[in-house]
Amino acid sequence: MTATAAPQRRVSFASATTHTAVITWRNVMRVVRLPQLLLFSTIQPVMFLLLFNYVFGGAIAIGGDTGAVGADNYINWLIPGILVQSTVFGATATALGLTEDLAAGVIDRFRSLPMARSAVLTGRTLADLVRNTFVTTLMLVVGFMMGWRFEQGFLKMVLGVSLALLFGFAFSWLMATIGLLAKTPEAAQSAGFLPIFPLVFASSVFVPTASMPDWLQVFAENQPISIIANTVRSLMIPEPALGPLGLEQGTLIWQSLAWIVVIIAVFAPLAVRQYRRSVG
Amino acid sequence: MNAVEAQDVVKTFGDVKALDGVSVTFEQGIVYGFLGPNGAGKTTLIRVLTTLLKPDSGSARVVGIDAINDPVAVRHKIGLAGQFAAVDDFLTGRENVEMVGRLYNLSKRDAEQRAAEVLERIHLIDAADRPVRTFSGGMRRRLDLAASIVGRPEVLFLDEPTTGVDPGSRLDLWDLIEELVGGGTTLLLTTQYLEEADRLADRIGVIDHGRLIDEGTSDELKDRLGGNVVEVHVADVDRGTAAGVLTGVGGGELRTEGNALLIPAHAGPRTLTAAVRALDDAGIEPQDIGLRRPTLDDVFLALTGHSAEEEASEPVPAGRRGRREL
Repeated sequence: MTATAAPQRRVSFASATTHTAVITWRNVMRVVRLPQLLLFSTIQPVMFLLLFNYVFGGAIAIGGDTGAVGADNYINWLIPGILVQSTVFGATATALGLTEDLAAGVIDRFRSLPMARSAVLTGRTLADLVRNTFVTTLMLVVGFMMGWRFEQGFLKMVLGVSLALLFGFAFSWLMATIGLLAKTPEAAQSAGFLPIFPLVFASSVFVPTASMPDWLQVFAENQPISIIANTVRSLMIPEPALGPLGLEQGTLIWQSLAWIVVIIAVFAPLAVRQYRRSVG
Repeated sequence: MNAVEAQDVVKTFGDVKALDGVSVTFEQGIVYGFLGPNGAGKTTLIRVLTTLLKPDSGSARVVGIDAINDPVAVRHKIGLAGQFAAVDDFLTGRENVEMVGRLYNLSKRDAEQRAAEVLERIHLIDAADRPVRTFSGGMRRRLDLAASIVGRPEVLFLDEPTTGVDPGSRLDLWDLIEELVGGGTTLLLTTQYLEEADRLADRIGVIDHGRLIDEGTSDELKDRLGGNVVEVHVADVDRGTAAGVLTGVGGGELRTEGNALLIPAHAGPRTLTAAVRALDDAGIEPQDIGLRRPTLDDVFLALTGHSAEEEASEPVPAGRRGRREL
């Protein structure tokens, strides 16, 4: 055996970045090489878009006259909500992917390598961000064909979509924590939707919160998914069609960013801790 | 320098003592085999040595480095192929190996070059650019082996390398593993197959209920059992009588194994002659009689009171796909 360098105790930042890129690539390839995965994850948000627009759209009063829903048509009001809903639903892939890797022994292989621990989780959440971006873009193209218009210009639309995607990325860390607690893909699948359903439906995503009972309104108007959805709305629908959102656009944007930062700051360390535990 | 030094390693999962004070030491350059039934603690020990699991107590060093307090340094020196072929279906064979090379901190070019080398060695170069989902079970195991050696490990760990593969692929894998260690690589493998330990391992540690109960070369273990036995096969109707007249022959205790009667042959061929004479006197014609070396199965049976290849009686905890061994 030739002389070897002194034992390396820590993984350098440069190596950790490379490892994260390698793991992200690996997770993205899974979606690229198994097109049925991408197909079905695209069909779901498009289906929600079609169902809500054509089933509920007619029943919901539109326009400044009644004041129920801002915007000139339901789809302009719906798209920002569906955007947030689809990125949050998409984040469940993080829980599923991690538990599948655990079950297949892939995580054991990674842990036996001299690679950064954080790369496994970061590579997973980043890959899910890439996937969410692709799925969302396709959904917006379908929305455009159905009559959706971003009336505040391209840049503000991109800013709004980016906010929704960032929120989905933050949610991926919550889903990573849940997946690692659930341990099996089957349990992760069900557990992941537990926080999602109340947050998505008791919100301003699909319908205005004004018709909800008072106690629910308090929750619905202040929880992060409504805040993000309203922020995206304020970036896509011009006054006066938009109507009151309760908060100024500037406040909404800051609150959205704060939610994203807080969710990552809480759940990234929790996910890392659970990762160390569940595989130890 | 010793490849592995483990002292009094204890690991408990709930009520189950997976490792009950295991100590084992062996030098570099040899193949060490842990032999034991399902649930004996083999995988837990591998997980401790490969830094995947912290033991409750005890110490573990790999090539002189503390595996418990300095895991990253150990990971630079080892390669692991676990019980499942941990390869990605949707990547090609080459991409799988290159990815692991990159995670061992090889540059992109080095990883490519090293992957080609390793795939050549593992006889997968022709299939290297096919997606792994088209691979057979045996090919997946080989690819997993390739990934485990891409970082030029000083100690290679293979956890049940041939469990669940068909007999033909098993023979191929044995050849391959022999080729790989021919160059002096230190290998630690676990197996529940006696034949596998006999063929591949220079030294065998017999492990049962979380304890290392004996250790030595295959020959040493067999010799310790008292050397050769006379194995007698008679017709079913004669077995009772035969057992009667053979009792006491050779001065040892007669035992049965399947349809065979086994007599410890302390006196070698003379015990065989005595047995033939005793049967002849009783008018019994043996269907087969001969002197043979004990098998590792005899060793295992003598040490543990049960066969190595039989399934563990305790339930195996769920939570993982397939068989999960403590």
